[in-house]
Amino acid sequence: MTDLENIFRLAPFELSRTEKQELMLNGLNQLHQFHRNNSEEYSDFSRLLFKDNSEFTRLEQVPFLPVSAFKNHYLKSVSDENVFKVLTSSGTTGQAVSRIVLDKPTSQLQTKALNSIITGVIGSQRLPMLIVDSKVVFANRSSFSARGAGIMGLSIFGKDHTYILDENFELDLTKLTEFLTKYNGQKILIFGFTFMVWEFLFKQIEKGQLDLSQAILIHSGGWKKLENMAVNNEVFKSEFYDKHKLSEIYNFYGMVEQVGSVFIENSQGFLHCPNFSDVIIRNPIDFSVQPHGEPGLIQVQSLLPWSYPGHSLLTEDLGVVMGEDDAENGWKGKYFKILGRSKKAELRGCSDTFKK
Amino acid sequence: MTNTEKLTQAFCEALMIDASAVTNELSYQGIAEWDSISHMVLISEIEGAFEVSLETDDVIDLSSVAKAKEILSKHGVDFN
Repeated sequence: MTDLENIFRLAPFELSRTEKQELMLNGLNQLHQFHRNNSEEYSDFSRLLFKDNSEFTRLEQVPFLPVSAFKNHYLKSVSDENVFKVLTSSGTTGQAVSRIVLDKPTSQLQTKALNSIITGVIGSQRLPMLIVDSKVVFANRSSFSARGAGIMGLSIFGKDHTYILDENFELDLTKLTEFLTKYNGQKILIFGFTFMVWEFLFKQIEKGQLDLSQAILIHSGGWKKLENMAVNNEVFKSEFYDKHKLSEIYNFYGMVEQVGSVFIENSQGFLHCPNFSDVIIRNPIDFSVQPHGEPGLIQVQSLLPWSYPGHSLLTEDLGVVMGEDDAENGWKGKYFKILGRSKKAELRGCSDTFKK
Repeated sequence: MTNTEKLTQAFCEALMIDASAVTNELSYQGIAEWDSISHMVLISEIEGAFEVSLETDDVIDLSSVAKAKEILSKHGVDFN
């Protein structure tokens, strides 16, 4: 874990292929051993389904759990008294919910990883922050939803946190314009879930010509609901720019099942892997590794999950690696595009959790 | 009011706890009242009380009363 402290001191997209592979391999070998010794389920799984080498020489050899494993099993590698928080995924009614077990050190690593990525984009100064959501998401303070956890996670980058939706999820336009007047000419941060930013912010202010040229918008949660309305990332960005002069927009993709896997958009609009996590694309039929440019199931690897065996997971999302170490904005590492949910996967996604 | 008293007051108001609970050892997530939500309220109370602007790293590092004093010292607030 001491390695990680050093990695967090680097710029988040600084390591190129050779350095990164060495670091990931070393870390994932340690994580594999640790979880094999501390989680009986993981040990059984990797022994039965993978040729359980004690030492892997390539990243793709590290066993991967399907994300659905967290729905059917309570997987953890820490003792009960060290469990600090159990995150639950955005399961809708009737679906099993994933349970992700965090201890304090792993939870702190997650905060540091997010800090590395977000401050890399917005800088170390906290910015006045607009949140496109309602305070009612925190109605139950002891256990809030994935959406609430997402807002809290991003709150450390802001100040004067202003929730612009009221308890009925209506835009409070007065509050919004007051905020924009108060911070006129200053950089501000806007955060919200992709669907909500579109539905409850963009569509409500469409005619108003609000000037958001000083804003940085960070949004997450997936495109499923918006694609039904023919809104994709390109449309989203060009509409915000054309109508409100908002040019700094960053989509990010993360999942509750793997701490550390936070992929933020680079200047080409692709999701970029930070120093401490990576993606591998696999053929959905035989799970072989796809070359760059070939679509398949997205596998994610992260150096952060110590409290539960989530360091190498096969997601239910389809994607394609668009390049490595050669992004236009100079960021190193792989960058990829999400193509959607694999057909067999249960329908779910953060935007599904939105209930009025 | 001394700086220590000001800091104690900021903790009391943000976390809604008694002044006697505000010791150097009091830590983030150590009591139910100091959770991720009240943490942001606390940061804002501290910024207001001492007229400082804390960076994101400070927000993450401010994990105990002792740490708060250490961080504020960097900003020129004296606790001696």
